[in-house]
Amino acid sequence: MDQFLQHLVNAVILGGTYALLGIGLTLIFGIMRVVNFTHGELYAFGAYTVYFVAAALGLDFFLGLLVAVVAGALLGALIEITLLRPMRGADIDTVMLVMIGAWIVMQNTELLVWGGVAKAIVTPFPDSPLVIGPVSISWLRVFVLVVAFLLIIGSYLIIHRTKLGKAMRATFQDTDTAALMGVNIRGVYTATFAFGSALAAAAGALLGPVFLVTPTMGDLASLKAFAIVILGGLGNITGATIGGFILALVEEIGAGYISSGYRDAMGFLIIIVVLLFKPTGLFARAERVG
Amino acid sequence: MKRALPAFWLIVILTIPLWLQDQYILHILITTGIFIIAAMSLNLLLGYTGQLSLGHVAFFGIGAYASALTTLGFDVELFSGFRVVHEPWPAVIGFFVGTAVAGMSGFVIGRLSFKVRGAYFVIVTISFAEVTRLVALNWVELTQGPLALTNIPPYTLGFPGLGEYTLWNKTAYYYLVVVVGVLAYVIISRLVGSRIGRAMIALKENETLASSVGIDVTRYLVLAAVVSAAVAGGAGSLYAHYLKIVDPDIFLFIYTVTMVIMVITGGKGTLAGPIVGGIIFGFLPVIVRPIAAPAVQWILYGGLMIVIVFILPQGIVPAVQRWPANRTLSRRKPAGVALANNSNPSDRQ
Repeated sequence: MDQFLQHLVNAVILGGTYALLGIGLTLIFGIMRVVNFTHGELYAFGAYTVYFVAAALGLDFFLGLLVAVVAGALLGALIEITLLRPMRGADIDTVMLVMIGAWIVMQNTELLVWGGVAKAIVTPFPDSPLVIGPVSISWLRVFVLVVAFLLIIGSYLIIHRTKLGKAMRATFQDTDTAALMGVNIRGVYTATFAFGSALAAAAGALLGPVFLVTPTMGDLASLKAFAIVILGGLGNITGATIGGFILALVEEIGAGYISSGYRDAMGFLIIIVVLLFKPTGLFARAERVG
Repeated sequence: MKRALPAFWLIVILTIPLWLQDQYILHILITTGIFIIAAMSLNLLLGYTGQLSLGHVAFFGIGAYASALTTLGFDVELFSGFRVVHEPWPAVIGFFVGTAVAGMSGFVIGRLSFKVRGAYFVIVTISFAEVTRLVALNWVELTQGPLALTNIPPYTLGFPGLGEYTLWNKTAYYYLVVVVGVLAYVIISRLVGSRIGRAMIALKENETLASSVGIDVTRYLVLAAVVSAAVAGGAGSLYAHYLKIVDPDIFLFIYTVTMVIMVITGGKGTLAGPIVGGIIFGFLPVIVRPIAAPAVQWILYGGLMIVIVFILPQGIVPAVQRWPANRTLSRRKPAGVALANNSNPSDRQ
């Protein structure tokens, strides 16, 4: 039982960052219909940015987080403007090939710049964990969970309470009508991709210090994000949030009770099972953003 | 002239080991040939049925593992107490077992994956490949996990009346790859040129219309997946017995990407496309390796992929074929060009 509680707590902490990854991808996938293979690379980019600011430059760790999110948004906007904007109207497979190309370029640039050796990010949090009854959590993980929750709530507010969010939802429902009503579709696409990329970079910046930072960390992140999006339904932020926690829980339980080697297989099994039996996702009433 | 050119290439291909002294180049030719076979099989799905399978390396790897395990033998305990023991068999049987097992997994994965289309199909196929990789990595009792299956023996071919011949050297493997490659080419071109192939192209162009005229969409897609997977499995077997080692890295996504780049660059939906693309991307590393680090090579590949999708979305072969046709405005196009144009995916853009 104690062990189960510990797994549960680990899953909640991991789930928060998974949710961030999923929300970012579900917006991009839902609104732009782009199978974004660079999502995981933005996750890795966020982690490396924190490493660069905090470890290489020796500046403040929290400043590093902020820089990672902003740099992630800028890089996302750059990818959208240079690669996706000229491809608008092309079929989904063609765009996918471009994104695979971009993914290879980004990952190997990381490898070239930082080398293949895993990097550890030192944080200002105390080494002794927070102990509540049978469960112990490191302060870093508590911080990660809190920030992830704040970012999830922030995303909700942006989608539901701002003009940009309204434009994104309108574009998702009907691009042509939204354009006729004066929504700047190009701007919405760039903003969506930048926003999703910033969330991916934030997830990487938060998980980077928990685990290690490697050039290939983005591969699994991309595929896990797809699993979360499929679980939650396309464009469904609530679904992506819940999906993130479900994936984390399944991984923790799978790793704890079945075999740790199959931890990463859980996401793929979820993808296969959900797509074969309920392709619209677990929580979909109909396709919508929000 | 039209017949002279293929004959010339055939002579060049057949005589290469006679005048080529460099064993390294021969090695590159063999591995390139194996990847061309895999790329040809991917082209059947990607180019002719229009389904972007990004899990193709699973079939290649399954073929390699099945072939290696048939040859090496294994002893595994399933569930509890139920042991499966297999004594080593000759390597040639391994080739056929590898092909068959890959074809069967193509059937199973095809049956399941073709329930979804587009982006979802792509993601399901990637997931299948990753699951097979994790099984290969973790089922240590069967696959040795990260320690890899080693000492895979080379093929021994028996010729009636001439005795047996074991393929120890590179020259022999080169000819074997050429034979299997030609065989795969013939199978795929016959399939594509037949009624079945026309049905496949029809459902790529317009699935709703194709099914409305009575084409059983799933049946043809699964058939394409089985043939494609079997050919990829055969290529995997060649790879395993040539390198004498298989490890779970054979399932890495990057190998699928390599095959996809070959098909896209050469021209998807053309028979010559994967060969042209395969030769380019097989030899590009040889040219680039002395001047650039591996990471730089991959950056170059990724960049090249983007550039090709932007400027030559149909690939090299259709572009080259169309070039003289545009200049002379010839009324009758060769069959290959007509086929390439029919299956032109960018018409939808």
